[in-house]
Amino acid sequence: MSLRRYALAALASAIFAGSAVAKDYELLNVSYDPTRELYQDYNTEFTHFWKASHPGDNVKIQQSHGGSGKQARGVIDGLRADVVTLALAGDIDEVAKLGKTLPENWQTRLPDASTPYTSTIVFLVRKGNPKGIKDWGDLTKDGVSVITPNPKTSGGARWNFLAAYAYGLKANGGNEEKAKEYVKELFKHVPVLDTGARGSTITFVNNGQGDVLLAWENEAFLALKEDGGNDKFDIVVPSLSILAEPPVAVVDKNAEKKGNSEIAKAYLEHLYSPAGQEIAAKNFYRPRDAAVAAKYAQQFPKLELVTIDKDFGGWKTAQPKFFNDGGVFDQIYQAQ
Amino acid sequence: MSSSTQSASSVANAARRGSPTSRRLLIGFGWLFFTLFLLLPLLIVVSQGLKMGVGTFVDAIIEPDALSALKLTIIAVVISVPLNVVFGVSAAWCVSKYSFRGKSILVTLIDLPFSVSPVIAGLVYVLMFGAQGFLGPWLQEHDIQIVFALPGIVLATIFVTVPFVARELIPLMQEQGTQEEEAARLLGANGWQMFWHVTVPNIKWGLIYGVVLCTARAMGEFGAVSVVSGHIRGVTNTLPLHVEILYNEYNHVAAFAVATLLLIMALFILLLKQWSESRINRLRASAAEE
Repeated sequence: MSLRRYALAALASAIFAGSAVAKDYELLNVSYDPTRELYQDYNTEFTHFWKASHPGDNVKIQQSHGGSGKQARGVIDGLRADVVTLALAGDIDEVAKLGKTLPENWQTRLPDASTPYTSTIVFLVRKGNPKGIKDWGDLTKDGVSVITPNPKTSGGARWNFLAAYAYGLKANGGNEEKAKEYVKELFKHVPVLDTGARGSTITFVNNGQGDVLLAWENEAFLALKEDGGNDKFDIVVPSLSILAEPPVAVVDKNAEKKGNSEIAKAYLEHLYSPAGQEIAAKNFYRPRDAAVAAKYAQQFPKLELVTIDKDFGGWKTAQPKFFNDGGVFDQIYQAQ
Repeated sequence: MSSSTQSASSVANAARRGSPTSRRLLIGFGWLFFTLFLLLPLLIVVSQGLKMGVGTFVDAIIEPDALSALKLTIIAVVISVPLNVVFGVSAAWCVSKYSFRGKSILVTLIDLPFSVSPVIAGLVYVLMFGAQGFLGPWLQEHDIQIVFALPGIVLATIFVTVPFVARELIPLMQEQGTQEEEAARLLGANGWQMFWHVTVPNIKWGLIYGVVLCTARAMGEFGAVSVVSGHIRGVTNTLPLHVEILYNEYNHVAAFAVATLLLIMALFILLLKQWSESRINRLRASAAEE
């Protein structure tokens, strides 16, 4: 009897204490295409983490995925993202500039230029590599068909483009005209431009188009992991690629309006924790944390990587030069 | 090339002469085409959905995100179809019972959603109600969310389904003329009495047919809704968008299971359409006899 009364009292106090501090959170993470599996895992982890210190809270994390540029456009047009986790800094810069929902110095607010994990661009080819593709130079050979998404809408495609351009520069002793000619030649081998990286992967993997897919490393690994992928595809690591840095940021104005400022910040900070880094590595993103990186070192091949900041002057320079109207991509693609 | 056109014309000639072989050939060809391009793909959708067994099929449909997509689709239909009934009946009424200036412009405008690409239909609302749009700043100040939320999805659905009811009713009401309504007024009926007791019974089956078409389109709309949806899982995804998301996540069985659900809903709507159509034909036939 007394036990039951004690239990009731405990229950009542738990409910009471809970209702005094408990909050219901609905957090919207607007992300790019290939992060679906990553954030599915991470959201579970974060919910557990948050509930450990806020037991009464209800946390619901909503996801939206699509081509990075398209997603940025959505947030600019009023999609109420609390956090954006996009494919490249340039897209979040646009949100800051046009949407005015976060400060322009957003990249200084979290470590590693607000990028908790990195990736790179590799080639996914048909099993046994029948076209003998080993490096960027092989992509412009006769009869090779290359699948890559549209750099106008996809972040991954912009990394693809810059990696190819970096190869063009290296192969031609830094001659920009020659590099442009190389990427122009390369895009003659591209039969279809999907709007996002996942669309391109589906085109290559499920619909059997093309000989080689220029892909995020994580996306290529994922394609191998999917049912029977190991028997159908091989990953080819080129001699040179780009360090792809997909950053994250709190969209301050939206988070404030929804009362999510605190949890949104914690959501992104927890990505840098060992648990968050572990999940990133398991989903084939290269972790920043040295200990976790060492643990998964075998998984990620070593290769020469150019960076957006050192080799292209950052996205603020590269975006207008290469991808805005009249930029290098328009010049080489329209000239066809 | 030339041999095929030759054979096609000879088949047509034979059909005119009415030889039974050519008739069978033509019917056979029709069935072949129908099977190859319509029936077979649909069967593949269903078989892919059921590939891993009924259990997986049901799991994919009762999964929370799928259920919320189903709910959202139904809400969009339930709001947009009645509104389009009101709009369609009034537009058809105006066009068929009155003559006024600008009538032909109105008729053309009703058809606009047929000719405008759904993507543009979606973008129109983003430009209008989006944060950077015409009414955006005002809406934000008052914390009203239109695009990337339910209202935007409903608006986009209404836009693409506007013509269905009106287009179905205009010819019917024109054919019927105004005599019966005039008689009702002469016998002392007021406007509403005339509408409910004379007009509505006359257009009933045409209206149902229009509603059925409107519902089918509202359920299946992809393009316009995709632009204004924001693709938030479990919140702003309608069934067609959910199918695409599942497919892009390598979740083929679930994608085809949800597609099958959409297909079953469409078939049900199609049966309703068939039924209302036969009622219209019977009505027309009896009217012609009189």
